[in-house]
Amino acid sequence: MAKQDLIAELGRFLPPASILTEDEDLKPYETDGLTAYRQTPMLVVIPETEEQVGQILKTCHRAGVPLVARGAGTGLSGGALPLADGVLMSMARFSRILHLDPLGRAARVQPGVRNLAISEAAAPHGLYYAPDPSSQIACTIGGNVAENSGGVHCLKYGLTVHNILKLCALTISGEAIEIGSEGLDSAGYDLLALLTGSEGMLAVFTEVTVKLLPKPERAQVVMAGFADIEHAGAAVGDLIAAGIVPAGLEIMDRLAIQAAEAFVHAGYPLDAEAILLCELDGTNEEVSEEIGRVREILTAGGAVSLRTAQDEAERLRLWAGRKAAFPAVGRISPDYYCMDGTIPRGKLPWVLNRIKEMSREYGLRVANVFHAGDGNLHPLILYDANAPGELERAEAFGGKILELCVRAGGAITGEHGVGVEKINQMCVQFNPKELALFHGVKEAWDGARLLNPGKAVPTVHRCAEFGAAHVHGGKTKFPDLPRF
Amino acid sequence: MMEPLIESFREAVLQAAASGQPLCLRGSGSKDFYGGAPQGAVLDLSPHRGIVHYEPKELVLTARAGTPLGEIERALHANRQMLPFEPPSFSPSATLGGCVASGLSGPRRAYQGAVRDFVLGVRMLDGRGDELRFGGQVMKNVAGYDVSRLMAGSLGTLGILLEVSLKVLPRPAEEASLGFEMDQATAIETMNRWAGQPLPLSATCYDEGRLTVRLSGAASAVEAARRRLGGEPVENGTAFWEALREQRLAFFAQGQPLWRVSLPPASAPLDLPGRQLIEWGGALRWLSGDIDGQALRGAVEQRGGQATLFRGGDESGDVFHPLSSALLEVQRRIKRAFDPHGIFNPGRMYRAF
Repeated sequence: MAKQDLIAELGRFLPPASILTEDEDLKPYETDGLTAYRQTPMLVVIPETEEQVGQILKTCHRAGVPLVARGAGTGLSGGALPLADGVLMSMARFSRILHLDPLGRAARVQPGVRNLAISEAAAPHGLYYAPDPSSQIACTIGGNVAENSGGVHCLKYGLTVHNILKLCALTISGEAIEIGSEGLDSAGYDLLALLTGSEGMLAVFTEVTVKLLPKPERAQVVMAGFADIEHAGAAVGDLIAAGIVPAGLEIMDRLAIQAAEAFVHAGYPLDAEAILLCELDGTNEEVSEEIGRVREILTAGGAVSLRTAQDEAERLRLWAGRKAAFPAVGRISPDYYCMDGTIPRGKLPWVLNRIKEMSREYGLRVANVFHAGDGNLHPLILYDANAPGELERAEAFGGKILELCVRAGGAITGEHGVGVEKINQMCVQFNPKELALFHGVKEAWDGARLLNPGKAVPTVHRCAEFGAAHVHGGKTKFPDLPRF
Repeated sequence: MMEPLIESFREAVLQAAASGQPLCLRGSGSKDFYGGAPQGAVLDLSPHRGIVHYEPKELVLTARAGTPLGEIERALHANRQMLPFEPPSFSPSATLGGCVASGLSGPRRAYQGAVRDFVLGVRMLDGRGDELRFGGQVMKNVAGYDVSRLMAGSLGTLGILLEVSLKVLPRPAEEASLGFEMDQATAIETMNRWAGQPLPLSATCYDEGRLTVRLSGAASAVEAARRRLGGEPVENGTAFWEALREQRLAFFAQGQPLWRVSLPPASAPLDLPGRQLIEWGGALRWLSGDIDGQALRGAVEQRGGQATLFRGGDESGDVFHPLSSALLEVQRRIKRAFDPHGIFNPGRMYRAF
């Protein structure tokens, strides 16, 4: 369908202000958090009602026009990258919390509600929504579900998939479906699990019901400094073997510590090769008991310095350094490329040593921060885009790190999604038959392949060509937004 | 090179696909009663057993699907760890594969999560006889659709589970159970109110006018909560929760059809005939008696819930809560993507597939 005809069709049910067609209006939508990729969409629609979303989907379906749904656009893998011949649908106006049930501990919200807004609304009842991606002040719950977002508390509280109860969604043909239940059983296949992390490829969410948890009575953090990163990694295993499940368990290496300390003055030990931040939460008694045990285990594990936050202000300061690690690294290098792989924790020393070797081979520095409890690495490759060949080297190095994660028995993405960024590495993680099954799942929902086509799952043909393919990296779009 | 046992499974799949004769996938058969009546030639998956990898420091266990649950629980117990979803066995020979395929979780479910929440990865054979792996042995993995969680509760209709990787957790250092006499409405309100407070709750049950709760965690936390909540200590709490999980309490021994009703937890008491037992803080309500299924489903649906005919009764109708036509259609197509010839456990979940 020609652009003008499509605009006329959409104009039957959308007010003119809800359809953007001029270049200067389309520009803000050309990229998400992965700004190395830019594409102006054919047009942008900004519906306000579920009925309008249904009509948009039906119109695109009839006309065979692809559609990409978008929340806040903070995603880091290009999942909301528009298509030149497609419609970009912003869900920004679906920003209402529809119902909050303090006794039943659930909130029914529209997809454009910001992650943090849910916890803010629940706070008067002593409740909160657990998954806390570091971009939580900006990112929306619809995008969180699409990407199965994580955060720093996943080891104890899980990912998005563990914290949502129900979804209302529309299929590409505009049909409304309800998936999951506030009751905990759900008849049939677990489509809630299938849709969570489906990167906008299967359906468009119109409502999300999330689980709310009681706010822990107390949270406290212990920081341990180590003379080498291997000991920090081993200490993580020691804590877990001792039966402790910390709420957060993070490691930063020397370069990340130096950058973060210079940026936020968190009070990190500058002589340490690695620090471990271990947060415990629960009842008052529980935290007191466990803090003592954690200190003993870390000391026995070779910690050279140990500090327990004495008050909430100190706890937040210790976390501020961690949460600002990315912008902090941005201050010591013109550009950086953030990776997101996961590995079995026991492989940490081996993987880190390989990364160190590769860092020398590629001639690029790497700062490491990771969700150590989950084995989720975020190596930051430092480069200068203005230096000839550095961007390409950084991209090639990043691709090798992901392949290393797969070799170690891990995955190419822990929480950022595949999007367009890691589509080639999907060929490393999955064989052609597994990819064919993913395509079968896609077809079960969207036979015409109109929802966010070309993302997340590569064609077998593309994989055959991978190797010659160019793997792109990206600078982030929101340099000041806390990350990971 | 495929292992000989897997090769034999694959041959059975290829033969079934060629002949159109369906397969009844079975571990130990301990959950044969659950879902639509088993049909087809039995393919015994229990010989494919054994723990493949268990590293307590990783909190991950990988085992072949035919491994007895008991063997897994013993291995975990020896390392002071556990399956956090506390699955029912219903038989000493119950297997890991059956546990995952049935998707059934026990008393801890409302507080720690369900089977599907702890599945990290699977190795499986699809209806083409292809060996596939999804997920892995890591806590976080968002590459591709989450097929491994989809396998939980799919009742063997999507493929043959060969291996499953699970997240496991440390056993709580201390547990204590408390009993309180109260009426049903008060019990529902109480369970929900407590669940909204930072208390170390790990199970709740209301039966015969008595609310029983379990506290799990650090010794000091359990002790503090016990002082705060009051109630009477329950002698031999461990045995009580095991009897609840395995459905050996008197409530389950009535020989009447047993309905499993899932509701938003704070829903008011169901004013329906038959006896009731409540678990999961109000989210799971068992109804025992000669109940009109259609009337029950109507009443439950109005409250945003659903009802499954769990045991006994007329299983010729829908055992599981009927799906909307749009949802049924999408599920039928998903089934076809995995099992194009319709050979795995037909009718076990819905008659349409």
